[in-house]
Amino acid sequence: MKTLVCIKYVPDTSEAEVKVNPDGITVDDSRFSFDINDADNYAVEESVLLKEAHGGEVTVLSMGPKKSEVMIRMALAKGCDKAVRVEDDRVAGHDPLMVAKTLAGAIKGQEFDLVLTGCMASDDWHMSTGVALAEELGVNHASMVNYVEVMDGKVKVHRELEGGLLEAVELELPAVLTIQTGINEPRYAPIRGIRQAQKKELNVVSLDDLGIDPETVGMDASQVVLEKLYIPEVESTAEFIEGEPEEKAEKLASILQKGGLV
Amino acid sequence: MGNVLVLAEHRQGELRDVSFEMLAVAPAIAKDMGGEAVVLLVGSGMDDLAKKMAGYGVKVLVVDDPNFENFNAEKYQKVLSALIDDLKPAVLMTGHTAQGVDFMPALAVEKNLPLAADTIGLAYEDGTLKATRSMYSGKVNAVMAFKPAETYLVTFREGAVEAPEAAAEGSVEKLDNPFTDDVPYRKFVEYVEAEVGDVDITQSDILVAIGRGLKEDKNLPVVEELAAAIKADLAGSRAATDAGWIPHDRQVGTSGKAVKPKLYIAMGISGAFQHLAGMKGAKTIVAINKDPEAPIFTVADYAIVDDLFKVVPKLTEKLKELK
Repeated sequence: MKTLVCIKYVPDTSEAEVKVNPDGITVDDSRFSFDINDADNYAVEESVLLKEAHGGEVTVLSMGPKKSEVMIRMALAKGCDKAVRVEDDRVAGHDPLMVAKTLAGAIKGQEFDLVLTGCMASDDWHMSTGVALAEELGVNHASMVNYVEVMDGKVKVHRELEGGLLEAVELELPAVLTIQTGINEPRYAPIRGIRQAQKKELNVVSLDDLGIDPETVGMDASQVVLEKLYIPEVESTAEFIEGEPEEKAEKLASILQKGGLV
Repeated sequence: MGNVLVLAEHRQGELRDVSFEMLAVAPAIAKDMGGEAVVLLVGSGMDDLAKKMAGYGVKVLVVDDPNFENFNAEKYQKVLSALIDDLKPAVLMTGHTAQGVDFMPALAVEKNLPLAADTIGLAYEDGTLKATRSMYSGKVNAVMAFKPAETYLVTFREGAVEAPEAAAEGSVEKLDNPFTDDVPYRKFVEYVEAEVGDVDITQSDILVAIGRGLKEDKNLPVVEELAAAIKADLAGSRAATDAGWIPHDRQVGTSGKAVKPKLYIAMGISGAFQHLAGMKGAKTIVAINKDPEAPIFTVADYAIVDDLFKVVPKLTEKLKELK
């Protein structure tokens, strides 16, 4: 079984202060810590689980800067076999359709059974790249997958719908699956794997290497323009309880008790 | 003609909320673009649902065929591809839902049309359609301007706006099904209901909810003790479920449960919109989080910006004393 897993290096902004740069269309990411996108981490694990169950090989594919190789090596350490990193600043990265076309260009010509990727990037939240990629490759897809069962020439998946409901779907292979968080328990890379990962193949390619015309994936090709970024006004009517942690706890306890809430 | 075609979403015989919510946005945009909002229903046995949508004062187009009994991304893509050619809408809008995200990006690629996904607002200014999106944990909004195209594709976030009131009676028109074939590659098998656990959190009076800020499962006793002291049930965000700290049926949010307790104490939960959608119906909301920018504070009644491990044990102790 041949699997490709597409991963993205993203900033963790869950507890960080986010500031928009003077250009108005980028954020100051100099103080963010970066790591593998959460859902992609589950996709890596799923690809390794599939390899362990069915044999074959897993190729990591990522578009990103040199510093993202730490993340790629970690995926290799967990059991992926080789990797391709696409680096080319001519790709219109704000448009998932352009990213999908670039990834498809890196995959075309290779045989594969499955392409896995996270269902959503935690930085820009489009949830579009994987499904667009399937169309570019001309293969089946299912999004928001939280269960995968490979059968003869087919795959049965569960898609996560709203309200806790799941949808069981069967697809002919090859197919693209966008993986939802929680599908498995991502492993920690074993020490031996980390050592081996350093020796695994990691090719760095540009659009030219891939034979992709930059005109087809660049700012001119994209049909959407990122006009501006801004910090939304936050309206909070909350009563902020101040003081040392202990005082805060006491005040809150008293509010809850007096209000008959507990 | 600048019609805005709104794909009404339904599942198991029920219209989804987002179908109505989109009607809070579509008519105004359509008017600015020189057209009208038109609802499209694709399914099997759509008469009742069509009538209900028409009750919002819009024209409803229906593709009614047993072939569409259950959602299938491949079939939806074929039908919508054909209808874009026939109807030439200025905008095609769907929910940014498990349905919308499953075919709209593929449709955009197939038709070479632009897509703005997870849109929370739309505006038509000086001949340009602009979509507002939310990024970076909800801390930044982005305005995406569409370049001129035959049809703009938009997926709209569920819960981003309030549904309008039902209005005058609209009309229903049946369309010929442009796609009667079966699809060979993708097959709907069945719906699988989530497992039911020992506690139904939709019925709880008090919920103590945990998120990523709990950090690891060995910290669970901190919150369990608080829950025990105030007879609360434990619930949590997607991160808490993914990490295995709480069972799936205790997940609050879009992909979990919508809850309405009289008290909801959110600890270490940043408050992604998917989570807020599930808990903003709580009567009183307390949020404890280290990050002063956390969106959870926008819905909180009482807020503490601090490390939960410094506050919660003391809170438990105090509440026990006050009993």
